[in-house]
Amino acid sequence: MANPDVGRLREIAREGRVQIIRMLTHAGSGHPGGSLSVIDILTVLFFHRMRYEPKQPTWEDRDRLVLSKGHCVPAQYACMAKAGFFPESLLPTLRKLGSPLQGHPDRVALPGIEAATGSLGQGLSMAVGMALGLKLGAKPSRVYCILGDGEIQEGQVWEAAMSAPKLGAPDHHVDNLCVILDYNGIQLDDHVKKILDLEPVTDKWKSFGWPVIEIDGHDVAQIDKALDQAEAVTGKPTFIVAHTVKGKGVSFMEDNPEWHGKAPTPAEAVRSIREILGLPAEGGTPPAWAAPILQELAAMEKK
Amino acid sequence: MPAKASRAAFGEALLDLGARDERIVTLDADLSKSTMTAKFGKTYPGRAFNVGIAESNMIGVAAGLALAGRIPFACSFACFLVGRFETIRVSVAYSQAPVKLVGTHVGVAIGEDGYSQMGLEDIACIRSLPNIPIVQPADELETKQAVAWAVEHPGPVYLRLTRQNLEPVHGDGYRFQFGRAEVLRPGTDVSVLATGGPLWNALEAARRLEADGIRAEVLNVATIKPLDEETILRSAGKTGRVVTVEDHSTAGGLGGAVAELLGEAMPTSLKRLGVAGFGESGDAKGLYAKHGLDEDGIARSIRKFLGR
Repeated sequence: MANPDVGRLREIAREGRVQIIRMLTHAGSGHPGGSLSVIDILTVLFFHRMRYEPKQPTWEDRDRLVLSKGHCVPAQYACMAKAGFFPESLLPTLRKLGSPLQGHPDRVALPGIEAATGSLGQGLSMAVGMALGLKLGAKPSRVYCILGDGEIQEGQVWEAAMSAPKLGAPDHHVDNLCVILDYNGIQLDDHVKKILDLEPVTDKWKSFGWPVIEIDGHDVAQIDKALDQAEAVTGKPTFIVAHTVKGKGVSFMEDNPEWHGKAPTPAEAVRSIREILGLPAEGGTPPAWAAPILQELAAMEKK
Repeated sequence: MPAKASRAAFGEALLDLGARDERIVTLDADLSKSTMTAKFGKTYPGRAFNVGIAESNMIGVAAGLALAGRIPFACSFACFLVGRFETIRVSVAYSQAPVKLVGTHVGVAIGEDGYSQMGLEDIACIRSLPNIPIVQPADELETKQAVAWAVEHPGPVYLRLTRQNLEPVHGDGYRFQFGRAEVLRPGTDVSVLATGGPLWNALEAARRLEADGIRAEVLNVATIKPLDEETILRSAGKTGRVVTVEDHSTAGGLGGAVAELLGEAMPTSLKRLGVAGFGESGDAKGLYAKHGLDEDGIARSIRKFLGR
């Protein structure tokens, strides 16, 4: 694939981070930490890798994304809005009654979502099935599945891990599947290492028959290169361990289990967004697209 | 037609249908010899996937296949399949993935293997999900037609099949209609709503009761969800008394569904026959006698229920 425009992707990811904070503040609940850790990966997928038609979300030859760590769907909503699946004005309806932007992905409510997830541990099996089905149908599409690190404590993940490198042999290997682990090191209750350490995670997946690539999950060039390498693998699906920081981009959320599943207050949101945009605590000039968002959140603060 | 297990009829039907529609694929969790998909696998090796003893993954992979345009039949013993309820709930039901879930070896009729292998709560579980119809055919002819229907049905389906042979209850001209209960034997004194394995026993019981002057109307409720409310209410309105018969827990199965319907639409005296408590090892005949699901037991319960 053509070299990515790294600067452009970084700008889109920055905008995604702002929208995540904005959405969660309007919703008054949600999961900022894991949404901020996965946004760079999703940005590369949506704006450099995946083939899709936002106005025709069921286009048969599209690539598929299964966000198995469904609680981080605000990051996907930010990308989908930017890509044109739905208007950005819908973003503040996240988690509100009647909104297609459900708290966890709902493929019926929002065309473009490929699988209902949120009950952790199920997405990889579905992605494996999709990849196999696409092979059986002689489709060129690729399937991407994003797992959370805490999520892989679920047993079903390892059932799927065991089956995927062998399923479909000899004619329909699922080498159209690429799985990305968002290894941010924190789960709801605490650091993953303190709850149930996953290490040695790379060795585990390798021993199950997966080629494994390790990257910095916030470096868009590294993400893109790993996806290139995955696409070159034949006969097997590929596993990417993306080392990330939970809450990436907002200093007081970074690497802090407290921010797994709580929304910022409007004041915290303004502070977060100013940081994401590289503005001082007060003053400075936000980019034109961000100014109304900051005003909107400042108005919420006054209420 | 000789007696045949509905799982065997399913395996034969799938073999035929597979020749006509290459989208049909099977998934098994190391029980393909028991669920009777093994022949399909031998005939269409590239379309049969044995994922090993991992039912959750099997169900999830089936959901993905369905969402990618295949018609997957995910098969295991009913207890192991529906035991992975959370995966069925989100990957199949909530995702609206048109997976054909096939649960075999239902009820105490499997006999010697004992309770851990008996599907006794599967109807209750699946019935609680908003969008998975439940079909339990009563003989070979009905099974084959139900499988063909499942292939055509655009959504997820749960098929409930027996290990044991089933005596035919239908003539050659029978046409399965999804969502319809069928009056197999008309009567005026009591409505006997039966499904699956013990349906034949219910018919036998009705024949015996006839000799005592009790005219039982016997209905085959092959579609347990959605229930054929119209036919059931018409029969219940006529007889004023309803008995349900099933090889399933008395909680939440056909009996539960009928109780809910009658309770809301037309309060009617009701007796639920089925399995209360756990199953156990033993011969199938002995177990049916113990749980009152044989001809004698059903006839006895009906007499008592009618006070005769």
